[in-house]
Amino acid sequence: MTWIDKPKVKWAGQKSNELGLTLRDYEGGLSTLCAGCGHDSVTAAIVQAFWDLAIRPEQVIKLSGIGCSSKTPAYFLSGAHGLNSVHGRMPSVATGALAANRDLIAVGISGDGDSLSIGFGQFAHAVRRNLNVLYLIENNGVYGLTKGQFSASSDPGSKAKKGEENRAQAIDPVASAITLGGSFAARSFSGDKEQLVPLIKAGLAHPGCAVIDIISPCVTFNDHEGSTKSYAWTRAHREAANLADLVPPAKAIEASYADGQTLPIKLHDGSVIELTKLDPDYDPTDRARALQYLESHRAARQIVTGLLYIDSEQPTLNDIAGTAKKPLTEFEFDELNPGSAALAELQKHMK
Amino acid sequence: MKPTDTSDPDYFHRVVDCQWGCPAHTDVPEYIRLIAQGEFTDAYMVNRESNVFPGILGRVCDRPCEPVCRRARIDEKPVAICRLKRVAADHKEDIRERLPIIPEKKNGKKIALVGAGCASLTVCNDLMPLGYECAVFEALPVPGGLMRSNIPAFRLPAEVLDEEIDYITDMGVDLRLNSPIESMKALLDEGYDAIFVGSGAPKGKELDIPGRQEGKDNIHIGIEWLESVAFGHIKKIGRKVLIIGVGNTAMDCCRTSLRLGADDVKVMARKPRGFFKASDWELEDAEEELVEIVINHSPKSFVVEDGRLKGMIFEVMEYDIEDGKITDTRVVDETFIEADDVILAIGQETAFPWIERDIGIEFNEWDEPEVDRTTYQSTLPGVFFGGDAAFGPENIIWAVEHGHQAAISIHNQVHGKSVDDRLPDTMNLSSRKMGIHEWSYSNSFEPAARRKMEHVPLSERFKNLGTEVELGFNAEQTACEVERCLNCDIQTVFTDELCIECDACVDICPTQCLTITENGEEDELRQRLTAPADNLDQALFVSGGLEQTGRIMVKDENVCVHCGLCAERCPTAAWDMQKSLLEIGYAADHDVTPCPIRKTG
Ligand SMILES: Cc1cc2nc3c(=O)[nH]c(=O)nc-3n(C[C@H](O)[C@H](O)[C@H](O)COP(=O)(O)OP(=O)(O)OC[C@H]3O[C@@H](n4cnc5c(N)ncnc54)[C@H](O)[C@@H]3O)c2cc1C
Ligand SMILES: Cc1ncc(C[n+]2csc(CCOP(=O)(O)OP(=O)(O)O)c2C)c(N)n1
Ligand code: SF4
Ligand code: SF4
Ligand code: SF4
Ligand SMILES: [Mg+2]
Repeated sequence: MTWIDKPKVKWAGQKSNELGLTLRDYEGGLSTLCAGCGHDSVTAAIVQAFWDLAIRPEQVIKLSGIGCSSKTPAYFLSGAHGLNSVHGRMPSVATGALAANRDLIAVGISGDGDSLSIGFGQFAHAVRRNLNVLYLIENNGVYGLTKGQFSASSDPGSKAKKGEENRAQAIDPVASAITLGGSFAARSFSGDKEQLVPLIKAGLAHPGCAVIDIISPCVTFNDHEGSTKSYAWTRAHREAANLADLVPPAKAIEASYADGQTLPIKLHDGSVIELTKLDPDYDPTDRARALQYLESHRAARQIVTGLLYIDSEQPTLNDIAGTAKKPLTEFEFDELNPGSAALAELQKHMK
Repeated sequence: MKPTDTSDPDYFHRVVDCQWGCPAHTDVPEYIRLIAQGEFTDAYMVNRESNVFPGILGRVCDRPCEPVCRRARIDEKPVAICRLKRVAADHKEDIRERLPIIPEKKNGKKIALVGAGCASLTVCNDLMPLGYECAVFEALPVPGGLMRSNIPAFRLPAEVLDEEIDYITDMGVDLRLNSPIESMKALLDEGYDAIFVGSGAPKGKELDIPGRQEGKDNIHIGIEWLESVAFGHIKKIGRKVLIIGVGNTAMDCCRTSLRLGADDVKVMARKPRGFFKASDWELEDAEEELVEIVINHSPKSFVVEDGRLKGMIFEVMEYDIEDGKITDTRVVDETFIEADDVILAIGQETAFPWIERDIGIEFNEWDEPEVDRTTYQSTLPGVFFGGDAAFGPENIIWAVEHGHQAAISIHNQVHGKSVDDRLPDTMNLSSRKMGIHEWSYSNSFEPAARRKMEHVPLSERFKNLGTEVELGFNAEQTACEVERCLNCDIQTVFTDELCIECDACVDICPTQCLTITENGEEDELRQRLTAPADNLDQALFVSGGLEQTGRIMVKDENVCVHCGLCAERCPTAAWDMQKSLLEIGYAADHDVTPCPIRKTG
């Protein structure tokens, strides 16, 4: 948190993207989170990813629930649409927004409390229905906003700031997403933008629910010794399975992947998610292996990161439900509201 | 890269671009903050300590600080550093109480100084408070050197000059006017403890082309002509005037001509724009007065008919230019331009006809004295040179700096210490943190463009030779301009051990100065920072290995706006904003008293 606004300085060397926008044009209001909060770094990664992809802010809708994490949509893409909903209810609002306008690029920002405690049911259905949203969980193992109570992602044995130990089991959102039939499950760390920014881009390109669990330390309530979500612990225990990169359609045509080191995942729009294997044996398209991999690392107290599961062929909720292809706002009034005669006709079939 | 050694005073000094660029290292951001607080007298004294003549320099300084000002890399125009100096000088209260006390009891050392220009006056300023007796020999009837005889009063009013010269002469300087030194040998024989030569570069360059002799009554040497105007010996000039040369002297000559009755003044340049010697602002001011600058004209001859100058013939030049350098030159035409008077402003040189060449003062192949660049001592111990006399024509602020340095040498020399025994600069850092998000400096960024100096209207300014053209900043302009300063002396100071690598500082920085990354060689490292560090004149700060990952914190100093946001966002106070105060050793700081022999038993 700061008193002065981040100055808009036009300095020599500032770069513009294809749209002529600078990184600063993708920022939002000044963060009021604690200085050093991991969530601010995630915000910076989102800004970077959208700038890199030259997405027009007004194509985007930002959605969130309640929590420090859920406050962050205010700090990026001030030109986007947005709704800050009720605690744990971001997925419902996102479902509604996408049903009304499937062309929107939806970014849901949530926390471990928001999605794994109060909103676990909502999370589960967004995933299994394959709602086309980039679903970011800024995971710090606590309820930051309400002063640091253990959340559902807090590891058993992890200690709170004042020393008490968590004895309940932890929910792993990545493993959960995979078991729930999710189409894209990844993990990263707020302190590693080299990994996180490309993952966000891949998640944006993925058609369906792209869940990224981002370990994002709460510097105020959960960055002490004994915590398993601190900067130091995360750095000491993370293990990257692969590195993702998004290759746009034009470039993807030319690329060749003969070396076996790189796994290309083709998307419908012609772009390719390029995965550089860090663990040569890991295959993120094999669901059973993925779960086993997660489990063996969990048992060894390691935090696996990377794009851990992907199936880009699954239909999205819009496809399944057959929602209107055109945004509702583009329909004429008569089309949207065909009148009482049409309603009576419809109801006849329901009798 | 090796971790940056910020205990080297030069590191943070370099970050203060203006102070580093100023020959006298004036603490610019400090005085600008004082002006912002309305403390004009304090601001003046901060200036006076290093540059001695703030009122004069606030008007006519060559301002080497401005082109290097960091602000110029952000919105093209630097902070109006020079104009703000004038604000401090114009609005200060009486400063006499704050001047050093001159000891009644002298130290017994007598110094002779040749010339009463700014170089000699600075030596007196530094030595009089230490008990020296300084005798200044000046050929002219008034002190001030070229500041008095050449810089026109419409740029530098006599009152300003008088006031600041008086502060020094009133210290009890033995000022001997109308006293040209005609023999160095004779002066040496008078038994002074040291001699300082501050006689300037008084010889204007000649243009030996046909017609020069025949037309001599209407062909003037710029610096001599300006001096005659300054002392009232010349009061008029013809209607059509050609100025040869396009340096700062040319600018003063053309503008002075306009005030003496000329109405068609052309400055004749041999080369195209971009190759002119005059400062941009002097060119602007001359062109505002409708002086025509004619490019690519090289003088060939003077045309004199019936004993009267009619004009000049010029060769019209054409140049091939590549990357700002002339690669080829051709004469493409010849042309005659009418003139009633011509003023030659093509440079000046030193001249020492009064220094005998057999007394131990060596001269080099260009007949310039051999002078040491640090001590300002000649090859004859005890004889020092400074200002334009030392290395040829420069400017006031360099002359002042030479004066400070020569004073240290003199102080050492006459006390039997080595002239090389000089105090190093030191750097003092102190935090500007007041509270969690509060700093004791104005850290918010003022986006406004540089304020424009108002001038006396053209209809008014030519009526009187002494009408000062620049009006000075008004209160609103001052209030805005001071906020444009980026406070480059409020340094970002980093403590490696405190950093938890949360990236908060990297993310908040409005100009992408910061990066946490693997170490590497400088060239390669510069390219993989958050924003590439392409300005090689600007340093990189590099920390030691950080605790969690062994990576390093790198800061590109280039466009840091010193907003303090990195320090505000840092959860561990690994960054702090600290004022760097450069302590410069002057003569008074050099302790020359020999260690007293202590008796034992
Ligand atoms: C037209 C013009 C405009 C300028 N404008 C600027 C400007 O705007 N800003 C700027 O910073 N600089 C300007 N300069 C340069 C600046 O004036 C000089 O660099 C500066 O004055 C040098 O100071 P000094 O003390 O070395 O010598 P000077 O100022 O030249 O003083 C030397 C003094 O020594 C005296 N003297 C010489 N020989 C003897 C002798 N044998 N015996 C006794 N006395 C002697 C001279 O009469 C003179 O008074 C300008 C110069 C010129 C010519
Ligand atoms: C319905 C409801 N129940 C409880 C709360 C109180 N509450 C606010 S934020 C929060 C937890 C947020 O935790 P998380 O999503 O992890 O966000 P963080 O602050 O840690 O980023 C809770 C329980 C609430 N606002 N609304
Ligand atoms: S309480 Fe924790 S999660 Fe919330 S802003 Fe502060 S550091 Fe971030
Ligand atoms: S003070 Fe810090 S945040 Fe501000 S510009 Fe400089 S490095 Fe960046
Ligand atoms: S904000 Fe502080 S702790 Fe965080 S990376 Fe920067 S210097 Fe290190
Ligand atoms: Mg949380």
